[in-house]
Amino acid sequence: MKDRQDIRGATRHSIPHDSAAKQVMGRAEYTDDIAEPAGTLHAYLGVSDVAHARLRSIDLSAVRAAPGVVDVLTAADIPGVNDVSPTGRHDEPVFPTDAIEYHGQPLFAVVAETRDAARRAAELAKIDCEVLPHATDPVSARDAGMPLVTDPLKLERGDVASGFGKAAHRVTGRMVIGGQDHMYLEGQIAFAVPGEDDDVVVHCSTQHPSEAQHMVAHVLGVPSNAVVVNVRRMGGGFGGKESQMNLFCAVAAMAAKKLGRPVKIRPDRDQDMTATGKRHDFVVDYDVGFDDTGRIAAVEGEFAARCGYSSDLSGPVTDRALFHADNAYFYPNVRLTSRPQKTNTVSNTAFRGFGGPQGVVAAERMIEEIAFALGKDPLEIRRANFYGDGSDDRSLTPYHQTVEDNVIGRIVDELEDSADYQARRKAIVEENAKGGVLRRGIALTPVKFGISFTATWYNQAGALIHVYNDGSIHLNHGGTEMGQGLNTKVAQVVAEAFQVDFDRIKITKTTTEKVPNTSATAASSGSDLNGMAALDAAEQIKARLVQFAAESRGVGEDAVRFVPNHVQIGDEVVAFDALVKEAYMARVHLSAAGFYKTPKIHWDRAAGKGRPFYYYAYGAACSEVVIDTLTGEYRVERTDILHDVGRSLNPALDKGQVEGAFIQGMGWLTTEELWWDDAGRLRTHAPSTYKIPLASDRPRVFNVELADWSENREMTIKRSKAVGEPPFILGIAVLEALSMAVASVADYKVCPRLDTPATPERVLLAVERLRTEGARG
Amino acid sequence: MAQQNHIRFLLNDTEITVEGAKATLTLLDYLRLERRLTGTKEGCAEGDCGACTVLVGRLANGVLRYETVNACIRFLASLNGCHIVTIEHLRGEGGALHPVQQAMVDFHGSQCGFCTPGIVMSLYALWMENSDPSVGQVETALQGNLCRCTGYEPIIKAALAVGAYGSPARDALSVERETIAATLNGMQATGRIVAGPQDDMAILPVDAADLAAVLGEYPEATIVAGATDVGLWVTKFLKPISPVVFINHLEELKTIDLSADMLSIGAGVTYSEAENVIREALPHLSEYWDRIAGWQVRNMGTIGGNIANGSPIGDTPPVLISLGARITLQSMEGAREVPLEAYFIDYGKQDRKAGEFVSAIHIPRPKANQIDAAYKISKRRDEDISAVAVGISVTVDAAQITGARIAYGGMAATPKRAAKAEDALVGAAWSAAAFDAAARALAEDFAPLSDWRASAEYRLLVAGNLLRRFHLEHDAAHEGPARLAAV
Repeated sequence: MKDRQDIRGATRHSIPHDSAAKQVMGRAEYTDDIAEPAGTLHAYLGVSDVAHARLRSIDLSAVRAAPGVVDVLTAADIPGVNDVSPTGRHDEPVFPTDAIEYHGQPLFAVVAETRDAARRAAELAKIDCEVLPHATDPVSARDAGMPLVTDPLKLERGDVASGFGKAAHRVTGRMVIGGQDHMYLEGQIAFAVPGEDDDVVVHCSTQHPSEAQHMVAHVLGVPSNAVVVNVRRMGGGFGGKESQMNLFCAVAAMAAKKLGRPVKIRPDRDQDMTATGKRHDFVVDYDVGFDDTGRIAAVEGEFAARCGYSSDLSGPVTDRALFHADNAYFYPNVRLTSRPQKTNTVSNTAFRGFGGPQGVVAAERMIEEIAFALGKDPLEIRRANFYGDGSDDRSLTPYHQTVEDNVIGRIVDELEDSADYQARRKAIVEENAKGGVLRRGIALTPVKFGISFTATWYNQAGALIHVYNDGSIHLNHGGTEMGQGLNTKVAQVVAEAFQVDFDRIKITKTTTEKVPNTSATAASSGSDLNGMAALDAAEQIKARLVQFAAESRGVGEDAVRFVPNHVQIGDEVVAFDALVKEAYMARVHLSAAGFYKTPKIHWDRAAGKGRPFYYYAYGAACSEVVIDTLTGEYRVERTDILHDVGRSLNPALDKGQVEGAFIQGMGWLTTEELWWDDAGRLRTHAPSTYKIPLASDRPRVFNVELADWSENREMTIKRSKAVGEPPFILGIAVLEALSMAVASVADYKVCPRLDTPATPERVLLAVERLRTEGARG
Repeated sequence: MAQQNHIRFLLNDTEITVEGAKATLTLLDYLRLERRLTGTKEGCAEGDCGACTVLVGRLANGVLRYETVNACIRFLASLNGCHIVTIEHLRGEGGALHPVQQAMVDFHGSQCGFCTPGIVMSLYALWMENSDPSVGQVETALQGNLCRCTGYEPIIKAALAVGAYGSPARDALSVERETIAATLNGMQATGRIVAGPQDDMAILPVDAADLAAVLGEYPEATIVAGATDVGLWVTKFLKPISPVVFINHLEELKTIDLSADMLSIGAGVTYSEAENVIREALPHLSEYWDRIAGWQVRNMGTIGGNIANGSPIGDTPPVLISLGARITLQSMEGAREVPLEAYFIDYGKQDRKAGEFVSAIHIPRPKANQIDAAYKISKRRDEDISAVAVGISVTVDAAQITGARIAYGGMAATPKRAAKAEDALVGAAWSAAAFDAAARALAEDFAPLSDWRASAEYRLLVAGNLLRRFHLEHDAAHEGPARLAAV
């Protein structure tokens, strides 16, 4: 068969995103683009204008009387349970009944003939409440005695006291790490269409259709089988649609069932940004002991997070911060604790990296502290502390999982070489010594990121494949498409399994009707889980086709092979669709549900021990920046990245994830600032005030490579590795490079302790501080 | 001059007449809700993300010119006689993808796809203007387009390659240019347009004299040129603004006169329309000009509007005040001229009487012994509102500073001159010490606010350092770059 062409779109091939052509034509359909049935109504949320208060009553008479208003929904209209807490803690009401807990909290929903009418009416409520003191950040909230939203985690290994006792040097400090808004271009939206009996269909933009389904059922007081949730695609998710759509789906479904008409709800950007959660801000208090070579002896750290008023996903997010507070470094003696602090702010949630980036950035701050204390290049400190390979006594994480697949040494060595790090650093130090207005900095930072949901039961997935009797294939799985190319990758896996061209496969919307009880498309797990589940389904159908082919031709099953767009049966070669037709006529079952669960993982949270991660993904970035010491303005001159995706399913899509994640990570640490005023009101709540990177912010030179030699040592789909989150953390190279440039004004003797986001303001104020401290000597 | 109550425009290839268009109906809502052209997306409804980018073609002095605009803050009623081109109109030859679309697919320029139609439209406009752009030109074209997925790299690569995919000369808008221009010509109003209900009325005067007449009748009317600010009053603050007088179509407000000592710009001239003359007459503003908002907003927003709305953080007032600009205010009573700095009385209060409109801006051209600079500080370099902006104009004779006009934005309730800092300079020798003294004097001139853009501490510090930068940049003895743009 050597003369036969390979199939189009097998794995490892850089085929475009399956929706690319539709997207560039404006024909890719998002939830708001779905044609509205006659009678569709529009809902809008009425929100609080205080950060903390006892709610006495809401006078809705003016709202009800406003033009176009059909109904107003309050907590009293909820037929089931007034709760959309994703972890079942019952601390997140759809609408509160007695307490307002943050500025902008939804209190009721208006339903009107048009969205404009609903928006205008929502402003007219008169809210009677007793205003109470509020705290918006984790430090003042703790000082005010506010509780934690969920149980903290402690990770401990070794003997911390004696580790510090033996250490020649010790540094303590605090790092304030800002949060981040998802700023998905498509905001939250839900569109509910009522059906007969208890039924309702909800079209929405969510990473977690099953959760939306269960939440709607819970709020409506109906079984899950009455609710269908559909997602064709999202205009970006990044974690912001893992739990945050629950409220919108519940409100749309409630209104639709109450009024018997389709109801759509779409907040404007300001409401989207004020009423939905973000990346957790952290305040990290660290204490690190180390020897003269910079090798770490002991680490103690407390990670306090701005969780907002409810738990949402703050438990697992703060857990993951601790899981990544070691980054790629071995801590011989370590104690890490989380402090999931309640605050009077919107409840924070998942965001690409899920707390991991905050853990890593704290680890890198400690590396910097050591480097400045010893007068060494931070890269030297990083190297001195890398984990071993599992065969030595330097491979055990603070959570007692052994790092067995470590490739960070090779990645960093290769990147150091290809980026010409040493020579450039030397040149920069020499140039900075001239004392100009502009100073440069360069940093090479590693990433090790654990792959799997730490909620072990989440590591399962399902898929459904139908082969129709014309040979066309219908593919469905439980993952959702938010731009990452999951559908494309899974279809590539299926195309390769059947040895058919990619375009024979129809990728269909994610729906709770086809694959039940799915997990969120999150934790970078989309392809790992759904690719395997789809492969399982394909293999089941293939096995039936093989059995049929062998029996029908009287050959052994080992004589049947799937070859490009054909099946070879002994000496005979049959077109794939012809064999399918034959199989159908012979009454072969051509549909299968596939299933997958990640092996090997287990986690005992109470003990702080286990193997929460199936494997690790690695990467490194080297960034050079230039800063203006008169204004704090800066520019990223060059970034080189080498990232490990195992054996890539689609190098173009993976590279797109790496590049996009890096820029998003850079934005988190540089210009994206969440700013609350004294009234507890978020004032950076739209792109006019909240600044994500633009095209002109990306590095002037940007070299991104995948580590093509890497192969996942675990049996993942085609030996690939997850790619969604790990490269987000590569953005830290920019922060560290800024830090070096700032440090130059005090001859690298003082750690700049640059908190994030490192806006031009923070850079300039750090320059000023270091000039003063450096002068004091 | 027959008054009409309808507007006419070309939407892709369809001629449309809308009777009684409401003043505040946005182009985006019209496209999505009334025409079900859903390729154009709403990302922010404030002109900052570019997901709603469409092209608007209009006749300027008889020449058809296409520009990108934000449909989310552009009011439909202001588009009489225009050609609206949406993503649905793009097509390649023989039913293929358009060259811009094909390049975006080939370079993996879309991920979630929600920003994509807007980005395609911006790149389309760029390609028509310049099919062989530099990286910098692509970045400038994309200043008004956010992408949260790709990190932009593949989009830039697509933009640089698109010239090889096809020639703008063969694009439908080029081929059909004459026909379209003729159609639009036939749609121009011959009299005043008054449309919409009383509480949402749109008025399009037929000329400048008619504008004065309209304002005589409706002295409290909201004057709207580019709608880049007023658009947000409607989409974000739900503020009633009726009646609305649209002036963006008035050719008389679009004149540009450059003489040996004066540049006069009509109040209706957009930032984009002024770009060339600014580069020629006031080259120190070139870089600054490119940092005013994003491309779409510069295509819509006017210098007159930037002044007239009285914002303390508008980008042009500080640099125009430092140059000694004056403005003409016009009404039924006639015209008067005031120094720009005198126009800003207090926060939200300007020297504009009921019935008046700003008709022109007059900027004296710098003299040979005058050194000018304009600096803007913002959290993000491009498409951001300034934390601090400054125009500096210093006259130097024989190494002595003989004159200084320094005006800041973002430091007070209005764009304001730094009188004490100016005093510290005038009469001093050109020296670091003089500028240090001026920088220190700013503490007496200003008590800035802390807000989400910057703290008071940073504002004051950076405002002073910009004076120090100015000295370094123009000091013959200084070696090495004094700011990022210099390297």
